[in-house]
Amino acid sequence: MVLIKKGAEASLFLETWHNRKVIMKRRLPKKYRIPELDQMIRSQRTVHEPNIIHKAKEAGVPTPTIFMVDVAEANIIMEFVDGKQIKEILDHVSSEERLRLSSLIGRMIGRLHKHGIIHGDLTTSNMILTPYGKVVFVDFGLSERSKELEPKGVDLHLMKRALQSTHYKHAKECFKAVMNGYAEAVGEEEAKKVTAKIREIEKRGRYVAER
Amino acid sequence: MPANNSANSYCLGIESTADDFGAAIVSFEGKVLSNANDAYMPKEGGIHPREAARHHAEVSEKVLAEAFEKAAVKPRDISLVAFSQGPGLGPCLRTGATAARALASYLDVPLVGVNHCVGHIEIGKLATGATDPVTLYVSGGNTIVSAFEASRYRVFGETLDIAIGNCLDVFARAVDLKQRRGAPFGAVVEELARKGKNFVSLPYTVKGMDLSFSGLLTAAVQAFQSKKGSLEDVCFSLQEVAFSMLTEVTERALAHTEKPEVLLTGGVAANRKLQSMLEVIAEEHDARFCVVPLKLAADNGAMIAWTGILAYKSGISTPIEKSYVNVKWRLEDVYAPWVEG
Repeated sequence: MVLIKKGAEASLFLETWHNRKVIMKRRLPKKYRIPELDQMIRSQRTVHEPNIIHKAKEAGVPTPTIFMVDVAEANIIMEFVDGKQIKEILDHVSSEERLRLSSLIGRMIGRLHKHGIIHGDLTTSNMILTPYGKVVFVDFGLSERSKELEPKGVDLHLMKRALQSTHYKHAKECFKAVMNGYAEAVGEEEAKKVTAKIREIEKRGRYVAER
Repeated sequence: MPANNSANSYCLGIESTADDFGAAIVSFEGKVLSNANDAYMPKEGGIHPREAARHHAEVSEKVLAEAFEKAAVKPRDISLVAFSQGPGLGPCLRTGATAARALASYLDVPLVGVNHCVGHIEIGKLATGATDPVTLYVSGGNTIVSAFEASRYRVFGETLDIAIGNCLDVFARAVDLKQRRGAPFGAVVEELARKGKNFVSLPYTVKGMDLSFSGLLTAAVQAFQSKKGSLEDVCFSLQEVAFSMLTEVTERALAHTEKPEVLLTGGVAANRKLQSMLEVIAEEHDARFCVVPLKLAADNGAMIAWTGILAYKSGISTPIEKSYVNVKWRLEDVYAPWVEG
């Protein structure tokens, strides 16, 4: 088992399972919680995440295949998605490809939102481009179900911030393409409402544009 | 612009955000010379804003006199008046603001309006020596996880409905617990929780970085009424769930910001169970755990005076015509040039 990512809430391990390269997501016990509560939280999330990953598939958004869910141990075994993180490639592809990918990402986010799925952690490291040209969305650990405008706005605002911090040279054109793709999925009218919401969120103190 | 910087410069701080009316004298070097207080005790139910404001008006003279007397400082020796400008209950805030304006213009000294939430953070830093913490600020009116980033205390997570202190208070009243002077409901719940043994399942609500306590409150009251557990068991379970939620969100902010300290401040900071849980995550992330001393945990004038001094020293003051209270003043709306970083 090789640890590939340690988060505040869960850790990812690369593992071989029935001759297959897989990702094992483990929610390890927290020492500050009493065991009964700890078990409850870890089990709930272990059930919630595959559920929402499945809902995303129904919405037409590629997500990893879930192979096994061990509720008692709070482990999820899922497909290791072969490909490249969008984070690694976005700055190095042709400008045409960059816009195509951004628009595709926007369309996928639109499909999620249209089906009431808020990803909760839309950064380019949570999107993987497969050799077949699909963009697979991973890590639904912070996701929630909602059809409200506010969480949609927050979700896309986070995407914008991720582009600005990691891909600052192309952030503007990329986000524009993301929003174009988004509008294709949800319709012009809804996209306008969400865009206005993002602007409102940006104007709030906590996102004052100094950084 | 900052004038007096010496050891014999003093600030009078007035706090009247909610049920407490406080007045304190703090030296510009950060020494708390007095910290007088009188709390409004409702005969039943929660804080009635107008009744609380009337209480503040009635006790203000007594509390102010006590602050000057204990500090052995004369009103004429004051070089700055700071007051709690928000967020809080309008009528209560206005009572304190009125007293502050009157004193500042009578003594002919500058006035500084202070954000109550910043006050809790700054007094915690002063008392513990923390310099750049992830702060968990928990009280009857606020539940905020914050850390300093680019001139402001950024909010990483907060309650989406009621504050943790409010949750404990309303629960305690609903199950007919009695409040004692000097021991808020939270302390009564904590005592009972220590005797609880069986965990009663209650809803745990963390949404990303934010928290919700209203469903937990309803479920805890129902669990008691439907006898799912003894009062002790329900208190124990309520604390475990609520504090685990707070600890999780604080840990996430800590992992994200990699700050060197965790600071627990506000009235609920007095709870030892909550302290012990935060200590665990601080240790796991190699951060120093700091908790505000009990006498500065709840709302007090000293935190307002100290924050007023910090703001004034960095060139901030509030002209009387702009000293209207701001009942919804958000933490991150405060420009804080006095903080390094």
